[in-house]
Amino acid sequence: MKIHEYQGKQLFAKAGVSVPKGIVARTPEEAAAAFTQLGGPIAVVKSQIHAGGRGKGRFKEQPEQPGVKLVKSADEARENAQRMLGNTLVTIQTGPEGKQVNTIYVEGGLNIARELYLAVIVDREAGSPVVIMSSEGGVEIEHVAKVSPEKILKEPFHAGYGLQPYQARRLAYQLGLSGSAVTSAQSFLPKFCRFFVDNDCSMAEVNPLVVTAEGELVALDAKVTFDDNAMFRHKDFAELRDLSEENEFEVRAGNAGLSYVKLDGNIGCLVNGAGLAMSTMDLIKLHGGEPANFLDVGGGAKVDQVTEAFSIILADKNVKAVLVNIFGGIMKCDTIVTALLSAYDTVGFTVPLVVRLEGTNVDIARKMLADSGRKIIAATDLTDAAQKVVATLKA
Amino acid sequence: MSILVDKNTRVICQGITGKTGLFHSQQCRAYGTPFFGGVTPGKGGTEIDGFPVFDSVDEAVRKTGANCSLIFVPPGGCGDAILEAAAAGITLIVAITEGVPVLDMVRTADVLATKFPKSRLIGPNCPGIITPGIAKIGIMPGYIHKPGPVGLVSKSGTLTYEAAWQLGNVGLGQSTAIGIGGDPIIGTNFIDCLTLFEADPDTEAMLMIGEIGGNAEIKAAEFIQANIKKPVAAFIAGQTAPPGKRMGHAGAIISGGSGTAEEKIAALEAAGVVVSRSPADMGKALVEAIARKK
Repeated sequence: MKIHEYQGKQLFAKAGVSVPKGIVARTPEEAAAAFTQLGGPIAVVKSQIHAGGRGKGRFKEQPEQPGVKLVKSADEARENAQRMLGNTLVTIQTGPEGKQVNTIYVEGGLNIARELYLAVIVDREAGSPVVIMSSEGGVEIEHVAKVSPEKILKEPFHAGYGLQPYQARRLAYQLGLSGSAVTSAQSFLPKFCRFFVDNDCSMAEVNPLVVTAEGELVALDAKVTFDDNAMFRHKDFAELRDLSEENEFEVRAGNAGLSYVKLDGNIGCLVNGAGLAMSTMDLIKLHGGEPANFLDVGGGAKVDQVTEAFSIILADKNVKAVLVNIFGGIMKCDTIVTALLSAYDTVGFTVPLVVRLEGTNVDIARKMLADSGRKIIAATDLTDAAQKVVATLKA
Repeated sequence: MSILVDKNTRVICQGITGKTGLFHSQQCRAYGTPFFGGVTPGKGGTEIDGFPVFDSVDEAVRKTGANCSLIFVPPGGCGDAILEAAAAGITLIVAITEGVPVLDMVRTADVLATKFPKSRLIGPNCPGIITPGIAKIGIMPGYIHKPGPVGLVSKSGTLTYEAAWQLGNVGLGQSTAIGIGGDPIIGTNFIDCLTLFEADPDTEAMLMIGEIGGNAEIKAAEFIQANIKKPVAAFIAGQTAPPGKRMGHAGAIISGGSGTAEEKIAALEAAGVVVSRSPADMGKALVEAIARKK
C-alpha cells in the first residue's frame, strides 16, 4: 500500500525523523492561509499524488503549471493551488492519463546546502533490510545506477538491532559529510531505519534528503510503501489509504480475495495460481494476442469469486474475448466447471469464452462443458487454447 | 533415492486442527506419507480424525520421533511456528502459509541461519515437496507426480503441476519435486535444490521454473554454469508482466527495471540451459536438454 508524501512526513515526524514544517490544504484559501501560518519568505506548494516526477510534471488543463512550485506570497500560493486542485497532473510515472490532484501540501522553505538520496528496502539476497544512499540527490536513482553505479552506497542492517551509529557514520563519511552533518546523520539514519522496520515498510524513499546550511539532515520528500501482508497489525493505516489513487477494479478484486492487475490488451484471462496466470499472459502474447489482465482466482475458486472475477474482466471495455485456464489439483475440474457455468449465466457473457481445463476429473468436467448448451469453446491444451482465443478476434 | 524426503521422514502438522491443515494432513496420509499427528497449542491430548494433537512441537517430537513439520498456521504466526519447529529439532520445515510479512521472514531466516543451521526451511507460500511414491508433504495433487529421473524445482504452485503433467506426457517422472515459494525471503532457494539434485544419483536432469522479480534465477544461472553437469531446462513466467506491479506472488515484481523475464532467460541460456518460451513446452524443453547432453 502506498501513501501520500504528507502522510509519510507525518509518520516520519512521529518517529523523530526531521521534516520541514508543512500544512495540508484542500482549497486555494487553505493554501494561502498555510503560507501565512508558516511565516517564512518562501514556501513550496506541492501536489499530492502517489506518483513521482511531480516537479517536472504538468497539468492537462493548465499546461504551464508544474506539480510542485516555489512561491513567495500567500496570493501566489492561492493561485498555484487554484491551478492544481481538481486538475490532472501528468508525470513520467503517471502515464498519459495522469492523476487528479485533490490535496496540496504547503511546506516552509529550507536553506539547502546539499541534496542526497536515501532509501531503505528489503534486500532479498542479503535477507535483510538495506540502506541505499547516493550523493546524487533529486535525480532518478535508476539513472544514477546506470551512469555512475560507484556513487550508490549500500549498508545492510539487522532488522532487530537496527542501523548502528558506526554504520551511519560510515555512510556519512562516504558521502563527504563533515562536522554537525555527521552528528545529524548519526541520529537521523538509525531513526529512519527504525521507522522502516516498526511500520513494516516495503520501501521508504527520501529524494532528496537535504543537508541544510546549518548542517542538519531533513527529509524533503517521502515515498512510503507498506507491506500489504503486514497490514493486519497496523489497522490504523487503513485510514491512510486513498482509493482514488488505485484502479477501481483492482480494489474490487482485492475485496473479493482475487489478485488482479489491469493490462492494456483485449484478451481477458481467469487462471488459478499466480505463476500459471503470468504464464497464460505470456502464452497469449506468444500466439499474437495481447492480455487484458492478470487474474489469479486462487485455489478455492468458489462460485461468488468466479462470478466477481468474470464481471471484473468484462467491465473492461477493451476485452473482446476471455480465456479461462485452470489446472485442477486438489480442487477438482468438475467443481470448477460448476462454478464457471453458474458465473457464466449470472454475468451474461457477450464475448467468446475459451476454456482450457486439465487435472483431476478433467473428463467429467469436459463432458459437463460440452453438454452445458452454452457457447463455450473448449480447448485441449495450452497452445490450442491460446490459438483458439486469438482466432476469435480475427473471426 | 531422492532429495530431502525419503522413507525415514516422519511428518507432523502445525495447525492441524484448522480446516486447511486437517484437510491436507488427511490428503498426505492417504498418499502414504508417514504422518504422526499435529500441533495446536491448547488442544494437546485430543485427537482429530485419528491424528494425535500435541500442545507443542517439542512434545510432538518427543512422543512421535517426528523430524519434519508441515505448517498451516495463519500468516502472523508463521515465523514463530517455523522457529518453534527448529528449536524442537525438526530438520525439514515446510511452510505452506501464504501472506507472511516480509520482515517476519527476515527475522526468522536470520535466527534459523545463526541458531538452527541443521533445520532446513522450504517456503513459505509454497506448495511443498513430494518424492513420488514415497511421501507427499504439501498441497500438490499427488497422482500427477510419477516417480522418475527429473528433479523439479519451482517458485509457483499450479505451474509446477502443469510441469509435472507435461513431464508425464513425455514419459518422465520426478525424483523429487519442490515448490520453493514466491516470496521475497524464502528458506530454500534454487541453488540449494540444484546442488542436492546434482548430488542425487537418481536425478538425471532438472527442470527449474522461475518468474519475474529478484535475481535468484540469475544467481542460479551462474551456479549452473560453474557447477552443474546434468541437463537443465527452465521456464520463466512473466515475460509480459508490466514493471512496478506485483503479480500475485509478493516477490513477483519488476522494480527499478530489474528482475525482468528477459534478463533471466538470457542468463540461463548463456549458462547452457534450455529455456522454454512457452509454458506449453516445458516438458519438450527438458527432453531437448537431455538430448543435447548426450
